[in-house]
Amino acid sequence: MTLGETEAQAGPVQVRGTVLTVRRVDAYYAMTLVAPAVAARFRPGQFVTLAVGGPDTSMLLSRAFSIHDVRPDHGGTVEFVFAVHGRGTQWLAERRARDVLDVTGPLGRPFPLPRDPASCLLVGGGYGSAPLFALAGKLRDRGCQVDFLLGAASGDRVFGALTARRTGRTATITTEDGSLGSRGMVTDMLDQVIHEARTDVIYACGPMPMLRQITALAGRYDIPVQAAVEEAMACGIGVCMTCVLPVIGSDGITRMSRSCVDGPVFRGEQVRWDDVGTIPFDAFGAPGWEPRSRRAAQAQAANGSSESERGKSGLSQARPVKPGHGGRGSGGNLGKQNHGS
Amino acid sequence: MAVDLRAKLGHIELPNPIMTASGCAGAGRELAQFMDVSKIGAIVTKSVMLGPRSGRPTPRMAETPSGMLNSIGLQGPGIDAFLQRDLPWLLSRGARAVVSIAGGTVAEFADLAGRLSDAAGVTAIEVNISCPNVEHRGQVFACDPDASAAVIEAVRSRARYDIPVFAKLSPDVTDIVAIAKSCVKAGADGLSMINTLLGMVIDTDTMRPHLAGLTGGLSGPAIRPIAVRCIWQVREALPNVPIIGMGGVRTGLDALELILAGASMVSVGTTIFHDPSACMRILRELEEELTTRGVDRLADVVGLAHESRVATGRPVSPHAAVRRK
Repeated sequence: MTLGETEAQAGPVQVRGTVLTVRRVDAYYAMTLVAPAVAARFRPGQFVTLAVGGPDTSMLLSRAFSIHDVRPDHGGTVEFVFAVHGRGTQWLAERRARDVLDVTGPLGRPFPLPRDPASCLLVGGGYGSAPLFALAGKLRDRGCQVDFLLGAASGDRVFGALTARRTGRTATITTEDGSLGSRGMVTDMLDQVIHEARTDVIYACGPMPMLRQITALAGRYDIPVQAAVEEAMACGIGVCMTCVLPVIGSDGITRMSRSCVDGPVFRGEQVRWDDVGTIPFDAFGAPGWEPRSRRAAQAQAANGSSESERGKSGLSQARPVKPGHGGRGSGGNLGKQNHGS
Repeated sequence: MAVDLRAKLGHIELPNPIMTASGCAGAGRELAQFMDVSKIGAIVTKSVMLGPRSGRPTPRMAETPSGMLNSIGLQGPGIDAFLQRDLPWLLSRGARAVVSIAGGTVAEFADLAGRLSDAAGVTAIEVNISCPNVEHRGQVFACDPDASAAVIEAVRSRARYDIPVFAKLSPDVTDIVAIAKSCVKAGADGLSMINTLLGMVIDTDTMRPHLAGLTGGLSGPAIRPIAVRCIWQVREALPNVPIIGMGGVRTGLDALELILAGASMVSVGTTIFHDPSACMRILRELEEELTTRGVDRLADVVGLAHESRVATGRPVSPHAAVRRK
């Protein structure tokens, strides 16, 4: 399995990272960690997870942050941006230089890069813009044109507005309160920017509703979207099955895919944005998903054992099991999980 | 000098007692990026079902004090994909595979046991009769002694004779000893305890339940004392039945606590989520703790807490008191 071997070499590492700096950046914090092995493997769009609260912590879940940038100083540093909105991120904000953190990364599928020079529009909502600047560097290296479209609720929540203006061919800023750039949302300006910049491809990172709208708008012009999603994660490495969302595979089948290992970057049109937070009825393994023909064939192949067992379950088991509550494919629980269309 | 860490899983000998807990390590592949999966006692897989299963809607997780709720709902690709992809991979890495199985009916459990017996290389079967994230409480077989027995009997009769069958029990019962006895009588070679406890979190901002599935299974150090109690009670009643202990193990000392209560093996679960190589660390720490206490054979301390209570009630070694602060 040569694929497995290359994966292992390029794969993530779990290391002790030393805090170099923690600084305020407007409404956010930026933390720089010395973690050479993580920095060496990094590709834009990937993220790190951190254990928070120290060895006796009561907070058991990893915190995931997309990597803003890596630098060669001190052997290799990793910087990420975060907002304080809970005890875990508060603890992180209180770290000081030389503190040591347990860090794992780089994790996840990075932004794919265009083979030929293209006009790229990078759209960020809030501090979702953090991973876009390293991407911009890589794109420029390949001769791509880079335009920025950044937005947030207010001016102090637009992360990287200055860098975007300095490094982008154009930089459009929107704020909901009008305190920076034009008043409104990034999606209000998207049409205009796409036309002016003659955009070939969109890279986006931010809240789900923003990603959904960008995908819908870009779809009208047949512009591909690479969207980095923000889903709640517990582990970040693909074992906990917490961060799933419905994604259509290349075979046309919708699966509840893990945003940590199958993402966080997805092709916009592959994500069923309207069904996020639900199990679509036609998702792989959803109640009643399996084609009837195959179910019948299986039942026969199993010598009718499962069907007959269900039928006489009142006898063979002390606890009666009602037909239709037999679990997978029984149809009895259809209504329960189908919040989606 | 080196402690003899060998552990017995039924009649099968494992190099050491540390295993992953079902549902916290996938089928080992992801963890292999951070540790050698053949170095721990066994990989206990995420529960495998007959067919693919999409699980529950999101949000599926809530962090709680020293714990978390999960409401995954047994998402997985099913036994075919497991046998094609995951089991061969585990074996190719030299890992021992303890396969957790889950089903909605007795027949599904039996079919799974049959399929696993036809495949080579399954070290043991852990029968998940206690997943709380199912459509209704009646599907938690481990809440009822007869329902538990029906599943275990069916699995035992279909599983190959040399594959040990462990029943995974729920602590959410009035009398776990009654369930344990029922499972053993039905043919279980051993018991795994504990599964998660049914819990709930309400989001005070939205003023609605936080989890899309409303309830979820509580795990993490918050439930460790419950695990210790359950293992203790069952060991007291069934001193010769091997126990895989799990529930909030974060350090080697935690593992030792479960072993003293009566566990021969210890599974590590939720801790993996913030420390992917936790199993290796805990194994190292356990060996250190045993060395500190002058113990040179792990088997000597399995269930030891029961004896010391009768004997003198004092720690095995004077170091113990110091180490425990």
